[in-house]
Parts: sequence; structure tokens; C-alpha cells
Amino acid sequence: MHVRTVGRRGGSAPGNLSAVAVRVGVVTFPGSLDDRDALRAIRLAGAEPVPLWHGEKWLSDVRAVILPGGFSYGDYLRCGAIARFSPAMESIIDGARHGMPVLGICNGFQVLCEAHLLPGALIRNRSQKFVCRDQELRIENAETAWTSEYQAGQRVVIPVKNAEGGYVADQRTLDELEAEGRVVARYVGGNPNGSLRDIAGICNVAGNVVGLMPHPEHATDPLTGPGTDGLAFFASMLNSLVSAA
Amino acid sequence: MTGQRAVDHDRAVDTVELAAKSPELAQPFKELGLAEDEYRRITEILQRRPTSSELAMYSVMWSEHCSYKSSKVHLRQFGEKVPAQAKDILLVGMGENAGVVDVGNGLAVTFKIESHNHPSYVEPYQGAATGVGGIVRDILTMGARPIAVLDSLRFGPERAPDTGRVLPGVVAGIGGYGNCLGLPNIGGEVVFDPSYLANPLVNALCVGVLPADGIKLAKADGPGNLVVLFGARTGGDGIGGASVLASASFEREGEKRRPAVQVGDPFAEKVLIECCLEIYAADLVVGIQDLGAAGLSCATTELAAAGTGGMDVDLDLVPLRDETLVPEEILMSESQERMMAVVTPDNLDAFLDVCAKWEVTATVIGTVTDTGRLVMRWHGKTIVDVPPRTLAHEGPVYQRAVRRPYDQDALNGEHGNGLPRPKNGEQLRATALKLISSANLADKSWVTDQYDRYVLGNTVLAQPEDAGLVRLTDTALTDPAAADPGIAVSVDGNGRYTRLDPYAGAQLALAEAYRNVACTGARPLAVTNCLNFGSPEDPAVMWQFAEAVRGLADGCQQLGVPVTGGNVSFYNQTGSTPILPTPVIGVLGVIDDVSRRTPLGLRSDGAQLYLLGGTRDEFGGSEWAHVAHGFLGGRPPKVDLDRERLLADILINASRDGLIDAAHDLSDGGLFVAVAEGCLRGSVGIRLIVPEGVDPFVFLFSESAGRAIVAVPRTEEVRFTDMCTARGLPAQRIGVLDVLESAIEVQGQFRIPLSELRTAWAATLPDLFG
Repeated sequence: MHVRTVGRRGGSAPGNLSAVAVRVGVVTFPGSLDDRDALRAIRLAGAEPVPLWHGEKWLSDVRAVILPGGFSYGDYLRCGAIARFSPAMESIIDGARHGMPVLGICNGFQVLCEAHLLPGALIRNRSQKFVCRDQELRIENAETAWTSEYQAGQRVVIPVKNAEGGYVADQRTLDELEAEGRVVARYVGGNPNGSLRDIAGICNVAGNVVGLMPHPEHATDPLTGPGTDGLAFFASMLNSLVSAA
Repeated sequence: MTGQRAVDHDRAVDTVELAAKSPELAQPFKELGLAEDEYRRITEILQRRPTSSELAMYSVMWSEHCSYKSSKVHLRQFGEKVPAQAKDILLVGMGENAGVVDVGNGLAVTFKIESHNHPSYVEPYQGAATGVGGIVRDILTMGARPIAVLDSLRFGPERAPDTGRVLPGVVAGIGGYGNCLGLPNIGGEVVFDPSYLANPLVNALCVGVLPADGIKLAKADGPGNLVVLFGARTGGDGIGGASVLASASFEREGEKRRPAVQVGDPFAEKVLIECCLEIYAADLVVGIQDLGAAGLSCATTELAAAGTGGMDVDLDLVPLRDETLVPEEILMSESQERMMAVVTPDNLDAFLDVCAKWEVTATVIGTVTDTGRLVMRWHGKTIVDVPPRTLAHEGPVYQRAVRRPYDQDALNGEHGNGLPRPKNGEQLRATALKLISSANLADKSWVTDQYDRYVLGNTVLAQPEDAGLVRLTDTALTDPAAADPGIAVSVDGNGRYTRLDPYAGAQLALAEAYRNVACTGARPLAVTNCLNFGSPEDPAVMWQFAEAVRGLADGCQQLGVPVTGGNVSFYNQTGSTPILPTPVIGVLGVIDDVSRRTPLGLRSDGAQLYLLGGTRDEFGGSEWAHVAHGFLGGRPPKVDLDRERLLADILINASRDGLIDAAHDLSDGGLFVAVAEGCLRGSVGIRLIVPEGVDPFVFLFSESAGRAIVAVPRTEEVRFTDMCTARGLPAQRIGVLDVLESAIEVQGQFRIPLSELRTAWAATLPDLFG
């Protein structure tokens, strides 16, 4: 259950900004909740966190973007359905198609599906209840922009907290995702929301866009979360940007 | 505004002019809950009959809920008996939206608990949701960012069909609203008892943090300043008695189908929070008030009464969700997610810009004046002209009759000493399993897993820990050597203890919350309370209330923790049968370095388990008597607040000095339940030794107060026991933690494997509620 230490490679040790100050944005939509936590996680990974406002098309020269958890626009329509049309999203969709790393966490995952950057949809949990718990995951694909610091098959513990986290897609899409290795992480030791094939996260064909229902930003500090298993998501992104440079 | 409204309702509107001309008009004051002499007083104040709008305002402002007319004479004790420590920490005391305490480092913390009992019975989801929304706005109004919520819940018997309706709705409502607001839920209680069957209790506590010099107050100061209503539009929900007025003045049917329980929109509140915090940061308000109970009536009168003294309001400008609302309804509507600010003309544009950024509707509806009158106009006519203090501060005050219940002696006399007790190891084992799987003591994760405890990223401890603990600053990256301070909060109450002895019951609730905070290593600082009782018109209930308040005030004085605010909820009864008197006490504590906190999970191999405090044969009001015999009688455990203080001191010092690595308070179910919870949380086994000469049943299940268990690493044992000896706190070694042992073994009595214990503990709520 141990993640390789963040910052073993390159200059991504926590707090060490001297090597590179890579700017990474977090979009705040009305109703975003875990935006602060995502910003903190970016800083912990050694990058420079940049708050982005949904109404601004200009992405402030960031090199990667996180769409945080929360209930954008109250999720009164389908989750993410309104946020997907924001000016910031226009630029993010464009950037994602040109290889910019984008991570959608929880509500952010829902936004990515609504924006058709990722296939499928997220529906009400099978239990019909909101669920918050420390969840064991298996990292299935350790080659995406957001998971390269993990090893395939590695088990990690990361909190889930969602009411609409059940991943669904048609049979063919699911088979395609499996065949192309695009299932990034799977629930183990109990499926918290009824996701098909225990899917906790997926990526696009290029591997730069990842949607994840669990919250790695809440597993970055043993004092406030179940451990530090989530840090490598952010370190992976940083390393992929540094090595691409 | 539509032309329709103007045409339809103009003639129906009761104006000040009309009121002066028609002194004899019969008004439905009784239907609105006003007594005859209260109505007479209104006519004396106004020197005429009130208009229907004024009557609406007086009826809600003079209601028990808003005026505290039955409780005021008792609540004064919190001020009269304020402990000396208060002057060092109390920045804002009782009477404001919430009390504020100084926690050092330039930071202040505000917290308060409030009830939403009756709405939660009628409509569990919305009732509970808006209960959370209301208390969060109180905290926001003080100038603070809300940082956590807790909830204290009471339901009828766990197997009653109606509990199956109420509990899932309440839990989903608290979760649905709090989760969507992005506030971690860090603690609370869930208790079942038959007395709450048709009257559940939903008490929500919110805590917020603000700069010590950034406190906002509900004051309309400065003539010429503007009164801005912002947030949600006003609708027809949450109007209790207004329909009486509407139907009395003219015939309408539509409004009768509107919900009496308010409907919550957590998204609107989330943007309102962010909008307000941006407004505070730019210093754009003179005063601010949230709209809760009694809506616009309350906000306008309280702002005016606390400020320069006068206000002119044009009710036509209030943005409406339902254009057919009449003035009485607009004044009484309890539509959620609304705030009222007083803004200088110079700052208005900046204020409106921030609102526009967050897409929050904001409308100037009035002006501050120095006339000493609150004047409201509707379609150009004056419909309200009152001295605001008479509504907000000079309501009726009652000295209700107080009489010790006739059955109190009998209740205390039936001590239950003759109840059959388990006699041997096998029977003790069965009792242990029965208790741990009983609804009140079983695992509550079915409930708490529906709450987000992680959001905001500062939750250090959350349920089922003894107290929720959140960090106030995060300096890990900016100054790794610095310590981050935090706050701990616990809410506790015990209706059975309070029924047996309200004075002691309130003190036991206070002592438990105080002890829970100290168990985490935080120093208890201040108190909030939610006093849930039956009808104040019942002298026996009033006796319970008076005794509980006296007990709480004395207890707070003795423990040195001031009451900073709270809430009274009366009329919690079914027919003439009141609920168990249930004061729910919230204690706030501070810790200088959150990394020093002590969790409750027992996990260190080889650590010694110590029992702190003394155990007596005390089963009055106990969980054992309730579960094993369905019995309530005798006396609650003895209160010893000096012992509680000493115990807290030891716990805090031991935590700071690293002498213990786990601590758990002993309360419902006694030692066995506390040890079981610690072992299950840390997945470690233990062999418990029953001290010589002690009855194993009393050792395992007595509910004597002033006790805790702590795990002491072997290396610290001498220092720890020396400290206890020097301070005179009984500390008894009762076992050793063993990670290879996967059971709780009570030497010479019984052994229960952890797996069996976990199944018994964890299955109860899912089996009951799905």
C-alpha cells in the first residue's frame, strides 16, 4: 500500500520550487468545493497552484488543469452539465485536445464526461445515498500523465465521497476502455457506488485527460487524510510536464 | 412586479391610516399565537390597533421561538454566573447571532447550536437540511468562514415504522445540505428513545473562524446608509401563521398549499457564503444580519433596534419568487439563503459588483434613519410604523409556574438495584454483545458515511472520535517548523440522566462534552447549548428546564467555560407527554499544535491501558438498564466537576508531552464499550484485568462520570503514573494492548474475538435502515 516516494525523481520534492515552477490551474465553478484542497495538493507536489475562475476564458499560462470536486451549479441538472459550458471549459477542451494534462476529480470527472472529453456518464450511487469512506483502489494504468509515478497493480487508499459516482457506459465502450488500457483505477474491497466493472477512473486515448471519482487531494497528508497515497497523481503530472519540456 | 398584483391586492392592504380609522376591527391575534394581553400591549405601544402587517411582525417576534419569553428569566444565569475566565476570551457574548471567542494567533472562533425539531418531523429531509442552512448563516453573519458542522439527533425506537421514515430523511437532509455547502461534518450523536417518536430532535452546530478584528455585527448604523437584501428571492415557503392573516383579510386558496417547512437550496447558500466572505474581505458592510426565523420581520427590526434606531423600507422592492405574495406573507416568509446588509452609499457599487460576480441577486430595499421608527411602505402607502425595539428587545417576559413533577420522587426511589445482573462470565459476555449491538451504542457509520468529513482539507479528527478537530492554519509549506493550532468540538446530551435529575443531567452532558474535547488533547474553552424541552406551560416541564439551566450555569462557572450562546426549543411533546428533557451541550476547545492530538483508536503494541478516575456502582439511567431491562429510575451518576477538571488537565498535558497515544472517554455503556470502540478502531486485541475486589459487572458496565481510558507506551509509563500520583488522579493499569491477539479477553470471565465484536457492532444500523 506504499506509494513510491514523491520527488524521488527530478525536482518535485515538496516545497522545492527551485527546479521548475510549473503553473497548474484549478477551476472554481459556482459550487466547487474541493478547489482549495486541489490547490494545496499541487503545492505539496512542488508546482505553483493557480486559481482559475470559470467565467474567464484565459487560463493564465497554466500547463495543466484540475477540475475539482463539488456540486457545480448545485448539480440540480445532470452533474457537470452546466459547468461544461463555461468559458474556461472552452479553453480547457481545446488544451486537452492538444495534449494538456487535465484531471477531473469527482464533479470534475462528471464535467469531463459532459464535455465529451471522456466517454460514459456518472449516475446516482446504487445505494441511493451519498457515501464518504476511505476506499482501496488498484491502479490499472500507470502510464497516463497523472499516474506515471505509480506502478500498475499498485493498491492505494484514497477517500471517495460522492452521491453520483456510479460509472456507466455501453458495453462496447466499456470493452474498448478495457482493451485500450484506459481504465486507470478500479475499486477493490467493495464497490462504493455501483460503478460498472468497478471503474474508479478512466482516461482518454492519449492519456493526458483523466477522470477520477475518488479524491487524491484528500490523501496527501496523514494528519488530515488516510495517508499520502494520493500525492503521486500530482507528482506524475509534474514529472510528465518536466520530462516533456 | 406585475400589474396583476397591484390590481388584485391594493384594496386588501391594511394601512396605518386605515388602522387609525378603524380601532374596533377584530383581528385574528389568537390564531397567530398572541395572548389577549399581548395584543393589548401592542395597541398601547402603537396608540392604535396594529395593521395586519404589524400584527404579523409582532406575532412572530413575540413568539416563544424568537422572544425567549418563557426562558429569559432563567437564561440570565449564564450572564450572572459567568466564569472569571470569560473576560480573557469572550469577544462577543450571548444575544448576538453567535458568540465569538479569541483563540489566539489573531484568530477568533464563533460557534452555535440550534434546533430544527418540528420541521424535521413534518418533512425530515428539508427540515434537517434547512436546520443546517440556518445555523451556517448565523456563523457567516458574524463575519466568519464556516469550517465545520456537527449534529445531535434523537429519534423514536429504532424499530418503529416512523423512525424508518424520519431517520433516513434527516440524515440525507443534513448530508445533502452540508455536503453541497462544502462543510465537513466532524461529529455528533444519534440516540433512540421512545419519547422522541413523534418529536425527533435535530440540533445542528456550526463553527466558523475569522480574524479577531473582523467581527461583524447585526446593526443598522448611520442615517442615509442603504439596506440591501441579497441572496435568494422571497417565496411563500415557511410561512406559518401568515395564511391566517391572508385568509382573514380576503378569500384565497392558493397559499394554503404552500409548504410550511422551508425548502433549502444549498447551492444558493454556498455562493452566498463565498460572496459574503469576499464582501467582508473588502470591508464593504456596516452591519449584516441573516434571514432565519421570522424572515424580513426579524432582520429589519433587529438591525434597526441595535443601530441608529430607524429604518425606511419599501416592500415593493423585495425580489419575489411568487408575485402573488401579500405584504404580511413577505414579512413572515422564511425562505432560505437570504441576507441583509447595511452598506454606505460609497460602497454600494463595489458591494453590488461582488454580488454580480457570484450571480447573487442584491437589491436596495431601504435606508437607515434616525427617526426611531421602522417604517415600511407598500404601493406608496405606509403599512408598518413601529418602534423596532418593542419587537426585537421589549417583548413579553413570563415567569412561568414551576413545579417538581409529581412522579419525581417515585422515579428517583425506584433505584433498580434489584434488577437481575449477569452472574458469570458467560452472562457477562452476552451482556457485552447485547450492549455493543444495541442501536444507541452500535457503529454509526451508516449515518456518518453519508457526510463529507474531508472537504476543506483541515479535518484532523472526525466521528467516531471523541471530538471533531480541525486545523485553523496550514503552515506545512510556508513554515515547516511552525505548529498549526486547531479547535475541537463535541456535542453531548443525555435525556435519561436529565429526566432523573435535570440539574445533574445538564452538568453530566456538559462534563461529557468537556471530557471529550480534553480526550483529543484540546483545552475546553467555551460552551453553546440547545435546550430541548416540552411545553413551558407545563409547570413540571418548567421545573426540568429551570433546574437544567441552573445546573448548566453552575457547571460552566465551576469548569471555567462561559456560555457564549445557544437556543431553546420548547413544545417538544406528543399530546401532553413531553420528550425526555434534553439539554444538548456543545463544548469548544483549542489545541496549540494539531499534530499533538490524541485519537481514540488503540493501536500501539505493548502499550499499557490505564483507567483514569474512579468507578462506583452506578446504573441509574444507564444504557445497561435501558437495553437489558427497559428500565429508567434511580439517580444518575454522581457529578464531580473538580475531578473532571483534573482529568482534563492530565489528558491535555499527557497529550502535549507525548505520554499517551490514545484516549477515549467513558460514558454510555461504560468501560467495556469504550475499550471495544478503541480496539475496533485500532484493530488491536487486549487482555483486560478486573482489579482485585471489584465486581466485574460494575467494572465493565457502570457509567460513573469523570473517567477515561488512555494507552501509555511502556517508555512513558513512569512519567505518566508519576504525574497522576502527584496530581491525585486515580490511575489503574487494566490491560496491555496486543496486536497479535485478535480478541478482547476479560481475564477469568470471557473472550470475544474482534471479528465477532465487529460484526455485532457494525450490523445493527444497516440491518435496521438498509
